[in-house]
Amino acid sequence: MIKTFIAGIILGVAGVLAALHFVPVVDQHREVSVISVTPNGGNSESFQVNIPMDRIMVGDRDSEKPLPPGLAWPESPIFDGSRTELFKVRNSRNAVVGVASRLAANNEQLGSVIEWVVHLPARGSMYISLNPEIADDGHSGEMRAGTREFDSLIGTVSERWVSDTTGAADAPAGRIELVATFVSTEPVDVEESVE
Amino acid sequence: MRFLIALIFGIATGGAAAIGLLYYNPITSQSALSPLSVSDQRQFSLNYSAVADHAIVYTNDGESRMHPHPAKVLQLWEAPIRQTETLVTMLRDARNQPVGIGIKFSSRSERTRVLNGEALVDSVWYVYLPDQGTMMIAQSENYWNFLRDIVVPAHWGSGNGWKGSWHGTITNGPGALGTASVFGGSGEFLGLESEATETLTAKAYSVELGPVAMDGQLTIELPRRNDELDISTANSVSP
Repeated sequence: MIKTFIAGIILGVAGVLAALHFVPVVDQHREVSVISVTPNGGNSESFQVNIPMDRIMVGDRDSEKPLPPGLAWPESPIFDGSRTELFKVRNSRNAVVGVASRLAANNEQLGSVIEWVVHLPARGSMYISLNPEIADDGHSGEMRAGTREFDSLIGTVSERWVSDTTGAADAPAGRIELVATFVSTEPVDVEESVE
Repeated sequence: MRFLIALIFGIATGGAAAIGLLYYNPITSQSALSPLSVSDQRQFSLNYSAVADHAIVYTNDGESRMHPHPAKVLQLWEAPIRQTETLVTMLRDARNQPVGIGIKFSSRSERTRVLNGEALVDSVWYVYLPDQGTMMIAQSENYWNFLRDIVVPAHWGSGNGWKGSWHGTITNGPGALGTASVFGGSGEFLGLESEATETLTAKAYSVELGPVAMDGQLTIELPRRNDELDISTANSVSP
């Protein structure tokens, strides 16, 4: 019987170690990425934020109606002239895929700044800096840095407001559309791509 | 029947022994010393409270131990963001003066390997310092020591919590020395590429509420003034 007990101990140790090795502790849910190839190379992906339902926070000292209700935005005057927002981010099929922050600031030290950080848990994050001047009904700029899937990409990003035209009762007032066009900075392995 | 009972007891004992080995494995301990503490570069620190109720906004899936704050904030319940939490907090300098806002997005990492003592979180900070500039800090964090030294003892203890003094560096990469990557965006930080670390100092943890007395600190490395001088000198002597 003692031999059976010892065999059980070995089985128990092996079982726990095998389970910890083979069973993933974290498994992030993934939506299918909707990416299109652009004519001049690289690829393009569109994200959107439905307003007001995807807005998590509006941090603005001048805002009369705080969001979320009960928000205590700092009273310090150093935050004058800035608006910080948090959103849920959707792909072009209207499925939530991440969260994002948007800062619009204008002060003496920094000038005008519009920046996004888009965080897609299963893929990585993008740090986007937009030109404050409006062009083509919106702002355009570049991805300053990316992590994980976006680490080896460079490219441009545009932001524009698209008003809802459906008139449906449950439709959003509109959406913020972010269109990212990226190319990879990693050299293409020609032999591998030919195979 | 006796052999079956012996086998079951053996498996249970072996399983418990394996978990005990992992829990007490000294090899998986992280150093509390920040890799930047031996750097000769200029550094500055930003402090924040890591308690949800002290945040400007904290939100998660709404079913976790830490409750969203304020209570009516939109929760991250959709499947792709269910394992993500978002913190908006006041950042303070070394003199405890407010200097900016920090937004942190954290998601549980699929690279987590309990066997290696890695409970990983992928996170990014967006830092807005109105008088200085903006930056993003991207990092991988390892909460293994935090879980082992605070969370597990809090559940074992009879007081439904943990009290003590714990300090640890949670930044685990992607830098070779276990540092975070810093990307400057505007103002003084425009074009900056540097390193940072994040440390936590905990004093109390509740099984029901999560951390109840815990502060965080971001230490960000800046280029040496000498480096800037070298660059300007190099430019001036070039033909």
